Amino acid sequence: MNDAPTKAPNVSLTKLFGVFLYIGATSFGGGVVAYLQEHLVIRQHWLDDDHFLAALEIGQTVPGLISTNVSVIVGNRLRGVAGSIAAVAGMTLPGAIIVFILGLLYTRFKSDPEVAAVLNGVGAAAVGLILAVTVQFGRREISKWHDLVILIPAFVLVGIFHISLVPVLVVLAPIAIQLNRPDRKELAAYHAQQAAYHAQLAGHHEEVAARHSAADASAGTPS
Amino acid sequence: MNKLVNLVNVFALLSILAVGGGTAVLPQMKHDVVVTHRWLGAEQFTDIYSLGQLSPGPNMNMVTVIGYHVAGIPGAILVLLAFYLPSCTLVFAVGKFWDHFEGSPWRDSVQRGMAPITIGLMASGVYAIGRTATINLERSIHFNAITVAITLTVTAVLLIRHVNPALLILVGGAVGWFALRMA
Repeated sequence: MNDAPTKAPNVSLTKLFGVFLYIGATSFGGGVVAYLQEHLVIRQHWLDDDHFLAALEIGQTVPGLISTNVSVIVGNRLRGVAGSIAAVAGMTLPGAIIVFILGLLYTRFKSDPEVAAVLNGVGAAAVGLILAVTVQFGRREISKWHDLVILIPAFVLVGIFHISLVPVLVVLAPIAIQLNRPDRKELAAYHAQQAAYHAQLAGHHEEVAARHSAADASAGTPS
Repeated sequence: MNKLVNLVNVFALLSILAVGGGTAVLPQMKHDVVVTHRWLGAEQFTDIYSLGQLSPGPNMNMVTVIGYHVAGIPGAILVLLAFYLPSCTLVFAVGKFWDHFEGSPWRDSVQRGMAPITIGLMASGVYAIGRTATINLERSIHFNAITVAITLTVTAVLLIRHVNPALLILVGGAVGWFALRMA
């Protein structure tokens, strides 16, 4: 096993499904991303840190659960579409079956005051957990005052006034991206770099075409 | 039949609206399920959310319990598919051309711009569940004092040091069993 696999290693679909099934069955208490990193990067060496962070970056930006999004991307990298399906199925099935059974027990025992008391305690603790995650994420990502111009309306519109997410995102997302638009220097540098790349590409194509016509001419009879 | 169609519509839309993870769609999920369709009461919704915290894997697997309550086994299966398929398909497609924008300053802008929206929505998710699970005006002051204490203790512990959250969830359940039975 080399230290920095640049090509995806050969992994059978069964093995892929098995590892994700194991993660899906053991990742208690949220924070599934840490479990994914532990198994995929450290134990199995299927990805290096850079590839994992790249998958995480996409998983966080695109809508959907971060854990299933990362599973889709990693599964696809290892085994294509079938890999994605195996990864997501392995990730979600154990928890879905367990919570389904808990749901059946809940229907049967919800009027029991002891069961209700345990669930009330779990619920209060769960709020503490998602509050901590929100605070941690906020501390890491919020640095400028103008972020609050977006954050507060998002909270008030959705949390207090129950406005549907569709109009809220349609209005807020473009404003938020515009507020964080790249400065002119960054854009100019990027465009110059792109132009140079395309020029190089065009030059390469011309060179190849010239070489081909030269070869045709020397062969005498174009096919 | 009608119920199944409604279930699929609600959860498929939530799937592609889950900006930055599942917590972001909790407020709308609760509103759709409790107020718009009256499938469950607010307390039942919160209880089912708590069940999700007790099981491994993505913490939104509990949507399958909502599906079961509304339309039995077909509801449970359809809701699971409706909640995972759209966003998984979307991320699969985006993953294909993501590298194409490598180095584009706009990719960075999208990420920096979406962060405050995500955090605002996560905060409203905390509020949506906390309004029933942590502060519940239909309960006694004593009851509320205990649930508030559980919530704030868990938050403080997690912010101060790295503890497996599953352990704190179990401790919360134990404290609830001990202190909330009579409260």
